[in-house]
Amino acid sequence: MNIIVCIKQVPDTAEIRINPETNTLMREGVPSIINPFDMHALEAAVQIKEQTGARVIVLTMGPPQAEASLREAISLGADEAVLLSDRLFAGSDTWATSYTLAKAIEKLDAGIIFCGKQAIDGDTAQVGPETAEFLNIPHISYVKKIEEITESSITVQRMMDEGYDVVESPLPVLLTVVRELNDPRIPSLKGKMAAKKAEIRTMNAADIGADENSLGLKGSPTQVKNIFAPEMNAERMMIEGSPEEQVNKLIEELKKNKCL
Amino acid sequence: MPVIIKTDKCTGCGTCIDSCPFDAIELKDEKAHINEYCNACMSCLEVCEEGAIVEIKDAQKAVAKDFSDYKDVLIFAEQRDGEVAAVSYELIGAARRLAGELGTSVHALLLGADENAAKELIKWGADKVFLCSDSSLLPFNDDSYSEVLTKVIKDNKPAIVLAGATPVGRSFIPRVAAKLKTGLTADCTLLEIDKETKHLLQVRPAFGGNIMATILCPDYRPQMATVRPRVMKKDVYDESRKGEIVNVRLDGITSRTKVTASVKEESALSVNLHEADVIVAGGRGCGGEKGFKLLEELAEAIGGVVGASRASVDEEWISYSHQVGQTGKTVNPKLYIACGISGAVQHLVGMQSSDVIIAINKNPEAPIFNVATYGIVGDLFEIVPMLIKKIKESK
Ligand SMILES: Cc1cc2nc3c(=O)[nH]c(=O)nc-3n(C[C@H](O)[C@H](O)[C@H](O)COP(=O)(O)OP(=O)(O)OC[C@H]3O[C@@H](n4cnc5c(N)ncnc54)[C@H](O)[C@@H]3O)c2cc1C
Ligand SMILES: Nc1ncnc2c1ncn2[C@@H]1O[C@H](COP(=O)(O)O)[C@@H](O)[C@H]1O
Repeated sequence: MNIIVCIKQVPDTAEIRINPETNTLMREGVPSIINPFDMHALEAAVQIKEQTGARVIVLTMGPPQAEASLREAISLGADEAVLLSDRLFAGSDTWATSYTLAKAIEKLDAGIIFCGKQAIDGDTAQVGPETAEFLNIPHISYVKKIEEITESSITVQRMMDEGYDVVESPLPVLLTVVRELNDPRIPSLKGKMAAKKAEIRTMNAADIGADENSLGLKGSPTQVKNIFAPEMNAERMMIEGSPEEQVNKLIEELKKNKCL
Repeated sequence: MPVIIKTDKCTGCGTCIDSCPFDAIELKDEKAHINEYCNACMSCLEVCEEGAIVEIKDAQKAVAKDFSDYKDVLIFAEQRDGEVAAVSYELIGAARRLAGELGTSVHALLLGADENAAKELIKWGADKVFLCSDSSLLPFNDDSYSEVLTKVIKDNKPAIVLAGATPVGRSFIPRVAAKLKTGLTADCTLLEIDKETKHLLQVRPAFGGNIMATILCPDYRPQMATVRPRVMKKDVYDESRKGEIVNVRLDGITSRTKVTASVKEESALSVNLHEADVIVAGGRGCGGEKGFKLLEELAEAIGGVVGASRASVDEEWISYSHQVGQTGKTVNPKLYIACGISGAVQHLVGMQSSDVIIAINKNPEAPIFNVATYGIVGDLFEIVPMLIKKIKESK
């Protein structure tokens, strides 16, 4: 069985800061990482491989430099890596991204496809379920535990607001995973060697037989109209004085606001 | 590519590279170069002093489509064990506002619940409820939910479809958008109608809340969006409101996945942050469990519950169910008291819509003061005990 893990290279959003003068993102020196949720997806796939002898293929759509993420995934136990790269993919929203990933997955023949719950740059959590729809296979979101895998089915725990559901699905299936699923390993020395030597397979729009009108900006129903910095509260009041004075004034204000 | 760099004008200064939120501009041979990450947000256009970046209009996109058939605002009403979830009423509130601006009605789709639940939706402002009370829809399954919603959308052609950004909504709504080939915007914090074009303006945070983006879906219908619980305001509840209930049949709709058990995990510590009017939240500045004891005392005195930043949850001073923020809960109480919380964007996105925010922090530069209504620069171990004392006295 092939297991495909969809990974995305993202800027480490924890490191991003806003330039207060220009209201733009300061990205200098912000490292690119594998989307943290995808690390859990990869770990789950590698654990299944260790139990069943499945083959783990990591797949990413991105610019050529996303190759670094694929090599990192190989150092963590993936067997094969595919980079989907083409100028035609530029500007893809989740619809076009999912279409593209699905087209590539169709060429790779998988029993289980893993995605992260969401990517930390966009936080949309849409690419997994949309990809499953394009593949016309079932999906289960927010998987926090894998209970059982057989030749033809899988049983997992899916996180819900007030607990979890136990869900059963036939294979092939697409799963999106949350942090609670596992603790990703760190690369082994052998893994690092393999990563250096690994050949990365690249595919473009023609290779996956994609319809050009469904790709990139052209194939994306949503458009980013503009981007702006989150608003600051201009009406804030700093309460000065000794601690006692501060507290007294605060209580006064809270009474005025009917908070007390 | 939606934007191109005029290499003759480009000086390779790199200003545009810093301005790009998508990492889509690189320097190649000392000239800016746009790569596959470009999202056509046009941020770079404004910053280039040389005028070397120009937009190319895509002829194909310019053809305006006729969407006059697509009218109403449809919300997906989520139920838990047959009870309508609060987020559904909030969505109706948002939908009423949008429908008012568009001069249309508010519809709701309710699956797996009964007629009484449908009537509640009407009292909260729905004009029409599509109801499929088949008991197989009581547990959530992606396949059947997405097929029914797709069918209702195809038959009724709403202009806008809204759902809660809950585990349920976030899981199956994308499938519906994929089936219909239309856009979907996740986790919107603001929805408005563009006065001129009547398109839905969908505002959402991106990059962990570092920036906000306005998203449009001009060429496809319906325009779909998910909204987090507690972000939109409910409309007024009107006992006498009349509306229509339309029964939807489940003919031939099945699900490949099956829910074999639903387990509730109500931990003893579970707190209802969503419902609380007052939240006293603590961060790393609380220093440990002792600090949180103090906050509990304050919460008790003022009639609230305790919330927390991720840092303090990671330190295991308090359990995850108290976490507020991007990876925790979104709250909007009447009063939020942040004690020893720096105000990282991931925390702010979860609480900045609270009515009144008090920030108590040692560091006058802490970003939490940017969203605060009242700021106190000081040591929480000094301020909070005094506050508790005075509140008790004033009662
Ligand atoms: C993908 C992602 C998701 C995240 N999701 C969340 C989330 O959901 N919620 C969340 O909260 N965070 C989240 N974070 C983490 C976030 O970036 C911050 O690291 C976190 O919010 C910091 O918590 P803090 O303010 O308690 O700690 P710190 O940033 O360490 O701030 C402590 C503050 O306490 C003040 N202080 C210290 N001692 C005192 C004292 N005696 N009296 C008064 N003030 C004092 C200090 O001046 C400082 O400002 C997320 C991060 C990432 C990358
Ligand atoms: N460009 C991409 N290449 C590969 N996988 C992706 C890509 N974008 C998103 N994914 C997958 O889809 C998940 C959800 O992403 P998102 O919908 O963007 O939040 C991620 O965790 C990845 O597993």
